[in-house]
Amino acid sequence: MIYGYAGKVLRVDLTSGRVSTEPLDESMAREWLGGRGFVAKKLWDEVTAGTEPFSPENKLIMAAGPLTGTLLPSSGKLHSGCLSPASGGYGDSNMGGHFAAELKYAGYDMIIIEGRAGLPSILVIDDDKVEIRGAGDIWGKGCIASEVELKRKLGDDFQIAVVGPAAERLVRFACISHDFGRQSGRAGVGAVMGYKNLKAIAVRGSKAIPLKDPALALKKGEELFEAVFAKPGYKEWTPYGTAGVTDWVNEVGAFPTRNFKSGYFNGYKGIDGQALRDRIRITDKGCFCCPIPCGKYSTGVVGGKRFFVEGPEYETIAMIGGDLMLPTIEEVAYANSVCDDLGLDSISAGSVAAFAIECYENGIISKEDIGRHVQFGDVDSAVYLFEQMAYRRGIGDLLAEGVKRAADRLGRGAERFAIHVKGLEVTGYEPRNAAAMLLSYMTADIGAHHNRSWAITYDIAKGRLSTEGKAEWVIQLQHTRPLFDTLGICRLPWVEIGFETKWYEEIFPVITGLDYSWEQLLNISERIWNLTRCISIRHIPGFGRKDDMPPVRFVEEPIPDGPTAGGHLTMEDAQKLLDDYYRLRGWDSNGHPTREKLQQLGLDFVKI
Amino acid sequence: MELQVRAELCSGCRVCQLVCALRNMNECNPKKSTLKPIGHFPEPGRYEVKVCNQCGACAEVCPVGAIHNEDGVYIIHEDECIGCMQCVDACPYGVMFTHPDRQAPFKCVACGECVRYCPTGALVDATGQVKGGSAR
Repeated sequence: MIYGYAGKVLRVDLTSGRVSTEPLDESMAREWLGGRGFVAKKLWDEVTAGTEPFSPENKLIMAAGPLTGTLLPSSGKLHSGCLSPASGGYGDSNMGGHFAAELKYAGYDMIIIEGRAGLPSILVIDDDKVEIRGAGDIWGKGCIASEVELKRKLGDDFQIAVVGPAAERLVRFACISHDFGRQSGRAGVGAVMGYKNLKAIAVRGSKAIPLKDPALALKKGEELFEAVFAKPGYKEWTPYGTAGVTDWVNEVGAFPTRNFKSGYFNGYKGIDGQALRDRIRITDKGCFCCPIPCGKYSTGVVGGKRFFVEGPEYETIAMIGGDLMLPTIEEVAYANSVCDDLGLDSISAGSVAAFAIECYENGIISKEDIGRHVQFGDVDSAVYLFEQMAYRRGIGDLLAEGVKRAADRLGRGAERFAIHVKGLEVTGYEPRNAAAMLLSYMTADIGAHHNRSWAITYDIAKGRLSTEGKAEWVIQLQHTRPLFDTLGICRLPWVEIGFETKWYEEIFPVITGLDYSWEQLLNISERIWNLTRCISIRHIPGFGRKDDMPPVRFVEEPIPDGPTAGGHLTMEDAQKLLDDYYRLRGWDSNGHPTREKLQQLGLDFVKI
Repeated sequence: MELQVRAELCSGCRVCQLVCALRNMNECNPKKSTLKPIGHFPEPGRYEVKVCNQCGACAEVCPVGAIHNEDGVYIIHEDECIGCMQCVDACPYGVMFTHPDRQAPFKCVACGECVRYCPTGALVDATGQVKGGSAR
């Protein structure tokens, strides 16, 4: 027996209404660990070539990991994945809060959601009792109101994942929301849940997670918490959370501003971590078992309206604050609250709104198309555009497709303003003076996302425009960071306060009974990385090198102002970075894993 | 130990529940812990933490005297408990807990584990004997 797992997989076919459980296969646990590994393996095994993201045959898979719900810092991550409506290929997104731990306490490591319900539905999991019920009048409601209503009906101790109006209308960057402010934001996982007519999943569990050695797990867990308490970042980083990095990103000229036209926002002090803490924060809000709560629950008044919102965290500050040039933290937080209730990924929503405004400024979209004048720096413009896209009203119907598809349809040079890779909008780091960060966005498996490799500090340490050694570093990060998503825990203690990986290596066998070294765990992470690549190759016609290309703005337009004014990497640099990257990965020049590489990683079953 | 709550510091992480259940039940299961953080969201946006202050209301109603005051801490002697659950109803703070696995209710034994590992300092020992995680 392998410990650390709840031991069961829950399979829900929404078309037939059939619910079943399967024992978790032991080899699955050994070879794919959990979380992202389970998502990737199941998508490979069960979703065949030719499947469209919006089809009953696409599956939404939610998985915890072997460490989820156990006593170690920040052990509350859920990984959700499917074929992405943004890219058409592999898509996943992780979410904090308390859902993942509760899922395991209910007895499940993974939920596989298949088919499509005939009517709007919810899934209620109460230990062994699992039911599909009608969504009733919560269909159509915002994420916040829906969660309030479900907690009222089912009980406050249910953990709830819900989608909003954006997902109901298949907005390609709709998210899954949980716990009044946590999201699986990226890759359109919420849109797939909405397509399936699944408004919410509620879970409550009363069971124990079996541990290899519970007494030692307590002792070791305590040791890990002591180690966190001893880190200076525990007290220095936590008061600001991810928002604390805002000043630094501006000081190094990498803050997305005005649809990534610039890397420096003059008014950044108005929207930084200090402003958040001083002006709007009510309480810290932590995910399960987290000693460094990054959630900063906030309130304020904008335009006479009182808002409550978790955050804004850094990505929202960057993509709604900087990229839309909103001058105050109150306005960023208010716009954030609108996105959260509509169920829009605040990263993509910010980027799409910025794209729309720049298209408008350049005469590609008219005032009549939009229905009003819109401009950067104006919270009403931002909120108006968010609502248009979420409800697919007017131009919103086009914007709901994301910047890539919108630009393709608009033509007339709109592509230059569409800041994405693989159809997924770029996140909060302006990379045209940061080679490793640029390569990170180019090669992230779900499309442009910082979570797989956050390499900008390396660029600054090693020379920003230099391409030397960058591919190697990015690959290392692409194995390390997603490993946290595989184990079902949060990477932030490691990223933000320097909590050493040796601690995870030490506690892993105490929980699971498996004696894996960190190196071995990284090898599994590499196996998963190659499989997610193959999933995109299988599902996206002609997928390869061309899909790893950066937005043209990043390799053709110099930054106009701020610390990085004048500079940028070139397309030649981008090609060189890719050459290095493919060679070091054991992929061919079109970015396909070679047969030898697949064999070496135990991926013999993969035929592409 | 005298458990006190500074609710404004709580972040709802539930480390307290996990260490409580592991220490006292040898199980990784927050539903077998003897305290409970509760979030009040979306409004007003705060946490409360339900904890036992060893008031003894449970012992007063116990028809068989199974709950004993041992140096100021009320301890349930499970071998004496008849499972009538009167103590659960009588507890003014909602911190006499039950679980389908167990015949007897369970309650805080003032071990101090939650205070030691509360990452935010929301749980404190008013006597100062048990030092909290954030105080290190």
